[in-house]
Amino acid sequence: MTLLWIPLLPLLGMLVPMLSAHKGRRLCTLATAVAPALALLLALSQWPALATDETLRFSLEWLPALGLDLAFRLDGLSLLFNLLILGIGLLILLYAHYYLSPDEPFGRFYAYLILFMASMVGIVMADNLILLWLYWELTSISSFLLIGFWSHQSDARKGARMALTVTGAGGLALLAGLLLLGDMAGSFSMDQVLASGDLIVADPRYPIMLVLVLLGAFTKSAQFPFQFWLPHAMAAPTPVSAYLHSATMVKAGIFLMARLHPAIADSALWSVTVSLIGAATLLYGAWFALLKTDLKGILAFSTVSHLGLITLLLGIGSPMAVLAALFHILNHAAFKAALFMSAGIVDHETGTRELGRLGGLRRPMPVTAILTTLAAAAMAGVPLLNGFLSKEMFFTETLATPVLGGLSWLLPALATLGGVLSVAYSLRLVHALFFKPAQQPLPKTPHEPPRLMRAPVELLVVVCVAVGLVPVLAEGILAPAVRAALGEPLEFHLAIWHGVNLPLIMSLVALVAGAVAYWRHADLQRFVRSFRPVDARLVFEAAIQRLGNAAEAGLAWFDGASLQRYMTWLLLATLVVGGLGLAQMTGLTGEKGNQPLDGVLVLGAGLLLFGGIGTAVTHRYRLVSLLLLSVVGLVVSLTFARFSAPDLALTQLSVEVVTMILLMLALFFLPQKTPPESSNRRSLRDIVLAGSLGLVVASLNYAVLTRDNTSIAGFFVENSVPGGGGHNVVNVILVDFRGFDTLGEITVLALAGLAIFKLLNRLRLFMPHSDGEGRVWSPDRYPAILTSISMALLPLALLVSAFIFLRGHNLPGGGFIAGLITAVALILLYMARGVEWAQARLDFPYQPVAVAGVGIATLTGLGSWLFGYPFLTSAFGYFSLPLVGKFELATALLFDLGVYLAVVGATLMILANLGKVTTPHRPAKEPVESHTDAHQRPSKETS
Amino acid sequence: MESLYAITTGVLTACGLYLTLRGRTFPVVVGLTLLSYAVNLFLFSMGGLTTDGAAIVDGAGHYADPLPQALVLTAIVIGFAMTAFVVILAMRARSEVGNDHVDGRSHDHDEERSR
Repeated sequence: MTLLWIPLLPLLGMLVPMLSAHKGRRLCTLATAVAPALALLLALSQWPALATDETLRFSLEWLPALGLDLAFRLDGLSLLFNLLILGIGLLILLYAHYYLSPDEPFGRFYAYLILFMASMVGIVMADNLILLWLYWELTSISSFLLIGFWSHQSDARKGARMALTVTGAGGLALLAGLLLLGDMAGSFSMDQVLASGDLIVADPRYPIMLVLVLLGAFTKSAQFPFQFWLPHAMAAPTPVSAYLHSATMVKAGIFLMARLHPAIADSALWSVTVSLIGAATLLYGAWFALLKTDLKGILAFSTVSHLGLITLLLGIGSPMAVLAALFHILNHAAFKAALFMSAGIVDHETGTRELGRLGGLRRPMPVTAILTTLAAAAMAGVPLLNGFLSKEMFFTETLATPVLGGLSWLLPALATLGGVLSVAYSLRLVHALFFKPAQQPLPKTPHEPPRLMRAPVELLVVVCVAVGLVPVLAEGILAPAVRAALGEPLEFHLAIWHGVNLPLIMSLVALVAGAVAYWRHADLQRFVRSFRPVDARLVFEAAIQRLGNAAEAGLAWFDGASLQRYMTWLLLATLVVGGLGLAQMTGLTGEKGNQPLDGVLVLGAGLLLFGGIGTAVTHRYRLVSLLLLSVVGLVVSLTFARFSAPDLALTQLSVEVVTMILLMLALFFLPQKTPPESSNRRSLRDIVLAGSLGLVVASLNYAVLTRDNTSIAGFFVENSVPGGGGHNVVNVILVDFRGFDTLGEITVLALAGLAIFKLLNRLRLFMPHSDGEGRVWSPDRYPAILTSISMALLPLALLVSAFIFLRGHNLPGGGFIAGLITAVALILLYMARGVEWAQARLDFPYQPVAVAGVGIATLTGLGSWLFGYPFLTSAFGYFSLPLVGKFELATALLFDLGVYLAVVGATLMILANLGKVTTPHRPAKEPVESHTDAHQRPSKETS
Repeated sequence: MESLYAITTGVLTACGLYLTLRGRTFPVVVGLTLLSYAVNLFLFSMGGLTTDGAAIVDGAGHYADPLPQALVLTAIVIGFAMTAFVVILAMRARSEVGNDHVDGRSHDHDEERSR
């Protein structure tokens, strides 16, 4: 359980700065430091255990089906990195306290910083590949926030975006790689993966997996050719650079390679790829570090170079090389963090980071000068400092390795060249800053920074010197780390003096040649100036721009914000899928064959075809088209009646009526004719597309109809009377067996009604006074015959709907049909007598009716909970009354009442409100405004 | 009988789809209505075509499959709600945009703008 707190504390600690920011910066910094400090102490407290026991674990199942566990481990490697992440993180916090100017939102900055810290701790402690990847992505996001912290600067935004793009893309590759890796090992648990190295290397998918994982690691650790994002990330505030680029972010890729070393490193592919990429990065970074004039730029490229060095060591992969890599990680973190912070101090105190403008700072800032010189000397590999030790081990390993076969001598040669460059740029940095006289006055008068701002640098330089003088100090932390990285213990001893040997000579060569290179630096600059410099940012931005343009063009071609094009794509896809499905069938006609035809059927089908084709052909003459559509609707209703579905026939009939009224009303407000729009080619294409889909549907329908299929109908028929208490199986299915579906459907209905109410709200319409041909609408608005018939019909219709409703459980009918009949009767009244007349007599809003319907249905369902039954269980019983005799009562009837009310409410909400649009009673949101609407708008619109 | 039924469904589908591919809102709404007839007929026929077998339990053994009927019944009502929604959306769009093209932009409208 203690283990869980190490990654959890920083994560929780992220909240602290946000909560305490208003209390002042001093308190906020102190409070923020508590969580990481505790986590660091916790991690260190496990150190003795790690010296004896192998690994500490904590595991909690999270998504076991995906192989994702909340699993953490603490082994030597995690401890080493935790020390760097949390230790240097605390120093950075202290430094940032002084670095940020007073008006900057430090609370937010601290929160980002701690979030980043938490995600790094998660990476190094994850005991599950997917969990590791999740944290990996979290570092990408939090580093994006940190690099872009000064979001008002275009440089910062672009640098942040570039870092996110590159590391994010690498993250995706990594995910694919890790999924493959987990699949090969048979588990995503780190232990099993690390134990199945042989299995993994022998797998045929190994090369793909390796490339994907390395893409992730190389992008994160800025290895060639992905190094370009790192220098641009220097637009970040210096504490961020110091943290991300010395101890954490860029080390994540290195960590991954070290962590997975036992599982994936045992192959020639790994050695050659990783060591060559490492060597290329080493030289590339060192060369550009020598040429840059921006202080942080130099440090950025030197970081790239050192990361290349560590990668090269991991590529060599012998036990001692891994040890050297881990040792150099530690050393590099110490001196590079110190150097970044010194650079920040110089920037802070002088107001510039340009090497050409700086100089002579030895006098105003003597302590900083000494500290920086020592750290730079460690970076150059000067004896008696920590950098010397790991660099010597590096030279030794390049001499010993057979990685490149007959060309293996190349590695020590390149390593020495790297050493030369490294000495040269370190020398240049120190000399130009502190010893060379300043060429021009500085923007600010420099002096020593606040005591505590320098303290982190002092501490880190002490570490550099102490480890350099007494290397044994580092053994305690390195021994468990190297054991974790190798999977087995390693006997080693760190020493300063190994006698006069080749590595020592290489070091000396590097020192001397480096000094010479710096001495001739002016010649070098002149030589380089003859080349045209390539700005990675311009290349990257141009690439992003091109990608964006290409995507836009592709999208415009595919999408074009055109419904017709969407429809075409959709139908084409349906056609392909449906056609493929049909093509796989053995034959179209099934075993059942055709039933005989009769004249009525042929007539009905003829009417349907006439109506359907007529609707399509006459679509430009909208009224005609609509009339033909109604023919189809009526014959469909007859079709249902013919094939034993009386409920459907009744429903279709009444829906047909309301649909036609609705469409007629709508047509009143819309153009009466459609202008010819599509070209002939377009129409032909649409006919072919629609026709082919018609063929597919017809074939499919025929295939189904002529085959026997097993149906679950038997269950419903058998259980309808004993289980649901009703003889009309369709109705019992609706209100009982599948009542939950019905509840959903009436909810949709009510929602559609409400949405329409909302759409009609304050709708401005042009109201034509004549039809398309210029004939004025009939002045006889309320024809006498219709008026009198509708009046007489209303009570009858209501009676019929009550009758249909009540008998629905046993005979064709039910809530849906009864509701529609009621609605039709009321609509007829509106049409016959006008809205004003009807409004005066039916003065209530329909929204509550619909809502009440859904409410009653829901409550009926909930009611069964009171009796301990599942939602929507129905109950029924038979009762007898004098005179009436025996009758049945079922809770399903109550549910059906809800359906009835919902249908009536929704239908009237739609139709009555649409009708009201033409009148002063139009729906409006605010009553006051509706009043003004009522008196002003109609006159304006009808004019 | 089955073949005629299938042909009818197919033709109605094709006509409905052709109309949904038009460029003005009203034909598209009509097309959707026509398509929903076709779809309802199609779904309804999944239980087979039964004559004189309404699913009213009265002792006789021969019943049509009630399940597709129940599904289609709600589908008819929902179809009406959706048609209503779309047609009123079309009206609203016309009043907001000034034309009844499905994409809210037509050539004559563009000309008006440029003028």
